[in-house]
Amino acid sequence: MSTCILRAPVSKGFSLQFATTFAKTTSCYGKLGSTAAPQPQVCIVGGGPAGFYTAQHLLKSHKGVQVDVFEKLPVPFGLVRFGVAPDHPEVKNVINTFTQTARQDRCGFYGNVTVGSDVTVEELKQAYHAVILSYGAEGSRSLGIPGEDLSGVHSAKDFVGWYNGVPGNKDLKPDLSAEMAVILGQGNVALDVARILLSPLELLKKTDITAGSLEAIAGSRVRRVLIVGRRGPLQVACTIKELREMINLPGTQPALDPRDFQGLREAVQDIPRPRKRLTELLMKAALEKAAGKEAEREWSLRFLRSPTHILPSPDRSRAAGIRLAVTRLEGSGEHARAVLTGEVEEVECGLIVSSIGYQSLPIDPTVPFDPRQAIIPNRMGRVQQAPGLYCSGWVKRGPTGVIATTMNDSFDTARSVLDDMESGQLDTSTPRAGSCAMHALLKQRGVTPVSFAGWEKIDAVETARGREVGKPREKLVDVRDMLKVASL
Amino acid sequence: MTAAITQRCLLLSQSLLLRSRSMISKQTPLRTLRGQRHTACGFSRAFSSSTGALRSEDKVTVHFINRDGEKITTEGKIGDSLLDVVVDKNLDIDGFGACEGTLACSTCHLIFDENIFKQLDPITDEEMDMLDLAYGLTETSRLGCQICLSKSMNGMTVSVPEGVADVRQAADMGLTPS
Repeated sequence: MSTCILRAPVSKGFSLQFATTFAKTTSCYGKLGSTAAPQPQVCIVGGGPAGFYTAQHLLKSHKGVQVDVFEKLPVPFGLVRFGVAPDHPEVKNVINTFTQTARQDRCGFYGNVTVGSDVTVEELKQAYHAVILSYGAEGSRSLGIPGEDLSGVHSAKDFVGWYNGVPGNKDLKPDLSAEMAVILGQGNVALDVARILLSPLELLKKTDITAGSLEAIAGSRVRRVLIVGRRGPLQVACTIKELREMINLPGTQPALDPRDFQGLREAVQDIPRPRKRLTELLMKAALEKAAGKEAEREWSLRFLRSPTHILPSPDRSRAAGIRLAVTRLEGSGEHARAVLTGEVEEVECGLIVSSIGYQSLPIDPTVPFDPRQAIIPNRMGRVQQAPGLYCSGWVKRGPTGVIATTMNDSFDTARSVLDDMESGQLDTSTPRAGSCAMHALLKQRGVTPVSFAGWEKIDAVETARGREVGKPREKLVDVRDMLKVASL
Repeated sequence: MTAAITQRCLLLSQSLLLRSRSMISKQTPLRTLRGQRHTACGFSRAFSSSTGALRSEDKVTVHFINRDGEKITTEGKIGDSLLDVVVDKNLDIDGFGACEGTLACSTCHLIFDENIFKQLDPITDEEMDMLDLAYGLTETSRLGCQICLSKSMNGMTVSVPEGVADVRQAADMGLTPS
């Protein structure tokens, strides 16, 4: 999968000149009188948790700062809306905090604006004193094995995007016709995918899962899910809450191999409590016989397997199986490494979901990007060799961690910006035009930003439609629908 | 007379709460309605707020030691959770209670004194699952949203731990090239 993004080139020379001229000749600076306290203009690129937490901290700590959040989609909240599983509504409570932030006078939201094509980072730097990149990870790591591009193979990012209503994933049409589905990776996202594939419909239909995916899942013939990892039970990346959820999932049973856990009881005695409890729960699930009748649906964790080929159907039109190399561990604990043994095995399946990590992409040729780590090189959120440019969230430190991790990280970046304002490293003495210039530029380019009030109209429609069908919301999945509602 | 009945009702509802909590912990977590805070003290709190004006015997003093070492002294209603106190009194603790008391994060992680810790209600699996992921975990750590104020906590001191980072991040966090 290519990491190159194609964006329409923007005529930079004209636009910079336009923005500067426009700003000087209009009332953009009107409110910023010379006797007024400094009103630094800060722009944040990306309206997900990182963007909002960074905005929150800036607004709270500096009583004059104006923060504008730019977001590619008409709707805010990023992975809180599009990544968190539909059956985890409590995790989405942070949206209430973000809403409070967005409703503040000194915070502006500009949805439906793609930075990198509708407006360049250079243009943002002209209009704002500081630009903070918080646009997350819109790509995914590729397996790098033959057959990866066959129909029936999806990244977890796309599969999750499909059931969560990411407009770009609405036509995914995953093949749910075979009994066996294989998920590669054993983190919490892998468990989310397994759980959504196997959850009873009665539970799913009360969530904010999209109508389209719910319908597809209703007709799904998937009954067994194999969750594959390269290393062993002691290295599994998921955490105990999510594992417990799988074990307790109604209508399903775990099919773990007790042999995977031989000798582990002694090995876990002295390890830290989190890993110990997780392993003990796994062992219990593997060794206890399920009471009562056998469940219709089954999931299992297969350890020490690394995918080498995705095998096509006889007519080569789609994936029909996967070849897994058997590994063994060298070393132990968190740093154990998987080493090939030479043995292989094959599993027949209809759906393969690769859950091995999201990946950030470069946004704009003028922004430094480290392709090896797929992050923006930075120190404490200050982009290297780019004064006035900062970053927070996954694009800063890599695509792992939960919302609380990103919160901390965003506060750190905000502190760097505030420190730089105070020390003069960031010169806020001359006023900048901020959103005033942006409005003009976007209008000139035929881009209509969606304000937070516009999002609240979309929110109201989604909630009302959801109420009709017993769901918290019925998400709009088409950008055109979102824009239509926002402009009402 | 009314005070004694109120007290007994509070105790009864708390013990009912304990029993129902252990049942609830085996099911999927309780869902939050939009904008409503949901903590383990929900039942007794709702009850106490319906008994009219509060007297001083319904309140306890709690000291919070913030991350910067600053001591914040405040009062909380008996039956409220420590998350309720932080939110109601608008205490300046960055990022506290992100999931609004639904056991979906560890940002309300607090450290207690040994003697108070020993008297707290037993920890459920669900709380421990989230607590295990908290940064700076200690032997006397609990999640504030699950701890309900009682008379015996009057004057106690709780500390806010250093970072709220959740350990559900891979070892490559913070990989910034030097």
